[in-house]
Amino acid sequence: MKPILVLVSVDSNSVLLGAKQFVNYLREALEKYNLKDSVDVLETGSMGVYTQGVVMAVFPDDVYYSVRSVADVEKIVSEHLLKGRPVLSLEIPRERLKLVVEKEKVTEEVRIVLRNIGVIDPRSIDQYIARDGYFALHKALFEMKPEQVIETIKESGLRGRGGAGFPTGLKWQFTAKAQADQKYVVCNADEGEPGTFKDRLIMEGDPHSVIEAMIICGYAVGATKGYIYIRGEYYGSVENIQKAIKDAYDYGFLGENILGSGFSFDLTVRLGAGAYVCGEETALLESIEGKSGRPRLKPPYPPTNGLFGKPTVINNVETFANVPQIILNGANWFKQFGTQGSPGTKVFSLVGNVVRRGIVEVPMGVTVRELIYKFGGGLVGGKQLYMVQTGGTAGTFIGVDKLDVPLHYESFRDHGVSIGSGVILAMDEDVCPVDVALNTMEFFEHESCGKCTPCREGTRLAVEILRRMSRGQGKREDLDTLRQIAITTQEASLCGLGQSINVPLLSILDNFREEFLAHIGATACPRGVCRFEKPVTKVKTRV
Amino acid sequence: MSKVKSIEDLMKIKEKALKELQLRDTGKRGKITVAMGTCGIAAGAKETLKAVVEALAENNINDIAVVQSGCMGLCEVEPTIEVRLEGQEPVVYGHVTPENAKRIVKLHILGNQIVSDLLVRKGEM
Ligand SMILES: Cc1cc2nc3c(=O)[nH]c(=O)nc-3n(C[C@H](O)[C@H](O)[C@H](O)COP(=O)(O)O)c2cc1C
Ligand code: SF4
Ligand code: FES
Repeated sequence: MKPILVLVSVDSNSVLLGAKQFVNYLREALEKYNLKDSVDVLETGSMGVYTQGVVMAVFPDDVYYSVRSVADVEKIVSEHLLKGRPVLSLEIPRERLKLVVEKEKVTEEVRIVLRNIGVIDPRSIDQYIARDGYFALHKALFEMKPEQVIETIKESGLRGRGGAGFPTGLKWQFTAKAQADQKYVVCNADEGEPGTFKDRLIMEGDPHSVIEAMIICGYAVGATKGYIYIRGEYYGSVENIQKAIKDAYDYGFLGENILGSGFSFDLTVRLGAGAYVCGEETALLESIEGKSGRPRLKPPYPPTNGLFGKPTVINNVETFANVPQIILNGANWFKQFGTQGSPGTKVFSLVGNVVRRGIVEVPMGVTVRELIYKFGGGLVGGKQLYMVQTGGTAGTFIGVDKLDVPLHYESFRDHGVSIGSGVILAMDEDVCPVDVALNTMEFFEHESCGKCTPCREGTRLAVEILRRMSRGQGKREDLDTLRQIAITTQEASLCGLGQSINVPLLSILDNFREEFLAHIGATACPRGVCRFEKPVTKVKTRV
Repeated sequence: MSKVKSIEDLMKIKEKALKELQLRDTGKRGKITVAMGTCGIAAGAKETLKAVVEALAENNINDIAVVQSGCMGLCEVEPTIEVRLEGQEPVVYGHVTPENAKRIVKLHILGNQIVSDLLVRKGEM
């Protein structure tokens, strides 16, 4: 780290005020005054709402400036950074400063992967091109070496949007480095997660963005063949993707010697049959190979031993859809959105008892509260929010005390709130945690492929216990047994399905422990949802 | 379609398609975009599209283009349409049944008046 740090706010508002120019000028000036080695420049998002100029902060001096011209930048560099004399005339006064930094952050929609959705006719390749489509491909093929493409993706900090958040650039690099006569690129468009439909939205509304990204990926890692594995029920997606592939072949973006670059790439669609586990990457590969969709033992991992045993990049639809924009605009542009550890945006599916169910793309770091109340419009019928499941079926159940946790790929580790594939399921006061837990475990029991014992038996046992509990026959030890099942299944299962059931199960047991306890020895479900079998006294009132 | 061989070819396609997208030099005064994603269609977007086309024809309006797009992510209020008239901010309407489509054509396209009970969003995304 260098001794001095200058932070420049480059949110959308500041950009209009010239932030980009100022940063460029700042870099030049540092060069000119030979300060490059002692001053770090970092572009950040908004540092609060300040409309008078671009906010530039110097640390460790903790001085905030309002910059309106390159002359101001020059002054700050020549006076403050070079001679150590703060430029009083540009300083934001302390009393204003408070407002600047403490002003509550407001998240606005930012469309990177959904930028074309609803704007272009997805069946028109020309309209995609009108919105800079295939310019990233051209740039990658003619202005960048494969290593530079990978470097850019790595530098951007893009992480897998399919749920696990693995760094995309790193994954590509593994495959690029693997030696093989044939490599593959696979797009995971299985989208088996109940409640999610973001991938469908992208494929139906902007299919070329995924195709362009896959070709770029192929070029970067040295693969010449790609597969898009789409869930069979997604008729609209299949149709639009197939039409898009055909048009891309006609224009010469796919096939032999793409745009005369010497690089060739072929792309085909494969249909899935709707099993949740087929979204797991190795099961998906098995399925493409024509076998039944059962997960493989890992390691080895797909980047080195994937499809037909060959090095294979497998990414989610949303992950790919980010790629052309990153290549076109650069890693720094991408990093201005989101958080440091999780740059960019996330597409969230808002479901459950919210007023505006649907899809919203916002920068990483958005809170659950903002998603439900600002973008989702609050709860239907003005009801109270009781519980939220974040991240999908394998995600966390949280109570209203955790609504202000910012969502990104570390929020599970740091706060026990997972982001997963971006489903936000809001549940109102009419639900019962025991019943919800039962439903969730029934899903996993049903979707467990049965290949390994811990998952097959663990999910079955959990369902049995929860079913008993929801009939009013729960015992105190059940809670510990459920915990043990969760932990054992997580530790001993073969694939991500079994390995992740601890997330929903433990989070609901921990965050709603009182409710579980209240079911034990009670005469009726304390929340009026579960149907107790004995005794028959009817209690209609809710606690 | 002939193959794209150079960045110049790509630029040419871009410029031409951009005109269409932004309605420049096309002789049109505006366009109506019907969201035809899976949930739009499930909610009746095909009937909506038909009604829009019919209403325009009935009122002898021929300077409004009708186009389809993927869904806008507003599933709760499908079917949705966007009305974009030259020089004005785009307007998104929800719950556009065939009857509502006819109302929108009458009030908004002919009367230049926003149908407030169906309004979902005004302005660029
Ligand atoms: C049971 C299970 C189901 C999964 N389903 C999907 C899915 O439907 N779509 C998806 O993109 N990833 C799914 N994944 C994650 C994939 O295994 C894999 O991590 C992902 O495709 C990697 O792409 P990414 O790095 O771009 O996220 C699933 C994982 C598990 C364990
Ligand atoms: S963990 Fe479950 S889904 Fe995965 S292989 Fe084992 S039985 Fe199948
Ligand atoms: S999926 Fe089409 S609007 Fe929701």
